[in-house]
Parts: sequence; C-alpha cells; structure tokens
Amino acid sequence: MQIAPPDFDRMFGALADATRRDIVRRAIAGEEGVAELAEHYPMSFAAVQKHVAILERAGLVTKRRIGRRKVVHANLDGLRATRRLLDRYEELWRDRIARMTELIGDTKEARP
Amino acid sequence: MTVTAVRKDPQARTMTLDAEFDATPERVWQLWADPRQLERWWGPPTYPATFTSHDLRPGGKVEYHMTGPGGDQPRGYWEVDEVDPPHRLAFRDGFANDDGTPNLELPMTIARVAIEEIGRGRTRMSIESTFPSLEAMEQVLAMGMEEGLKLAVGQIDGILAGDAVRVS
Repeated sequence: MQIAPPDFDRMFGALADATRRDIVRRAIAGEEGVAELAEHYPMSFAAVQKHVAILERAGLVTKRRIGRRKVVHANLDGLRATRRLLDRYEELWRDRIARMTELIGDTKEARP
Repeated sequence: MTVTAVRKDPQARTMTLDAEFDATPERVWQLWADPRQLERWWGPPTYPATFTSHDLRPGGKVEYHMTGPGGDQPRGYWEVDEVDPPHRLAFRDGFANDDGTPNLELPMTIARVAIEEIGRGRTRMSIESTFPSLEAMEQVLAMGMEEGLKLAVGQIDGILAGDAVRVS
C-alpha cells in the first residue's frame, strides 16, 4: 500500500523550519517571486533563496513563469500527502480511544 | 467526543493525543493491564488483536498478533520500559516475524502513556507516539489497519453488545 512518496523525510525536514513553513503558506496564493518573498523576512535574499531551494527539492513548491516573472507556487498535492500521514495515525488512535470508551461504558452497564 | 487534544510535531515525528474518560485512573489502567480488555480495543474490528503473552513489567515483553479478514496474521510485540500503575506506561512497539521473533528490519514506535485523575470521577490519558522515521509511520499504518480506519465508531457497537467485560 503506497500512501506516501518516497522522499517523506525530506518533506518533513523542509517543513521543520518556521520560515519555510511561512514561505509555503505565502506560496499557496502563488503571487510572489523570491525577491518579493524575501521582503517579508529579516534575512538576506540569498538566505530566502536557499530556503526556497530546500522547499523545491522536497517537492513542496515549484517556480512557475507568469509573463516575465517567476513566482513561487505551493505544490498542494505534496502538502496534502504530508498531512495525510499524520492524520491517518491520529485516526488510528481516535478509533482506539472510541473503542476504549465503549469498553468502559460497557463495563459500567454490566455492573449492578 | 472523548479525544480532547491532538498535537502533531512533524519535526520530532511525534503525535500526542489526549483523551478523557468518565472513569477512574484504575479503570483506564485496566484497559492496558488486562490483556483480554486490551484485545478489545488495540485492533480494529476487522483486524482483532490476540495477546499471547503480557508481561507488563520493566524489561517485560508483550506479544500479539492481529487476524485479518483473509486470515493474514501480522505480528507485533512490545518491549516494556516503564510501568507505574495506574499512571505511567512506556513501551516500544515493534513488528515480529511469523515465528514470533522480532523483525529488526522494521522500526519500533516509542509509546508513552500518562494517566491522571482530573476530578469528578474523570481521568485524562495522554498517549505520545514517537517514530524513528516517517517511513516507520507508514509501515505501522500499513499493518492491517486500512479497513479498520474506515469504520465509524457507531459500527462497533454491535460487536461489543452483549459481550461486556467485568472488572473483577
């Protein structure tokens, strides 16, 4: 059962940084290039460019040409896949908790 | 809804889930300490778990298998690290081969359970799961869980009805 692309660790590694998560958030709108993104952060253009490159390698963003500009776009499929894995593990435990709750309820009713 | 909070930390590969029960810590502890009760919630109804050994002491081992609709029996085991009834339990959950020996090629998940009274007869249980890698998480999810994940809570009522476990 393939539920995740093979470079999952790279994806999570890329998302482990607060600046990169913020870049991804802005890239969902997909209106800014690297230079414009860099204006939001107290760091050099080169540093932001490096962050974008890490996100690109992880498959979380792509650069797209719009007219004469290159904008940074979030790869929503990649983001969804990353979330899905943690969501499914949460679901597994939620189901277990639901069964525990039933079991405790059962026991109470079974007692006089 | 008894699950009160879920925290996911992709960086630490950790998921923490808090749940509250209308029961005492001792009663909640029984869900872990009594293998017959553990069997009723560890696996989903389509993959019920059978615990074949259950030595809940530091250094002890707990062994189980699950039985799927097609007769497949994935096996797992815990290595128990910490036991402090009715408040704390820590163990590593691993995969086993068909003959019951640990499958060391597959990763272990670290589980820490904390149980505390929160007043008015209610108890909070926190479960923290830590994965050595995201691949590990994927393997755990693939272990016969797919069907069970799809079941709604309501659908298990029938399975539990008329089969009440009594606390001795």
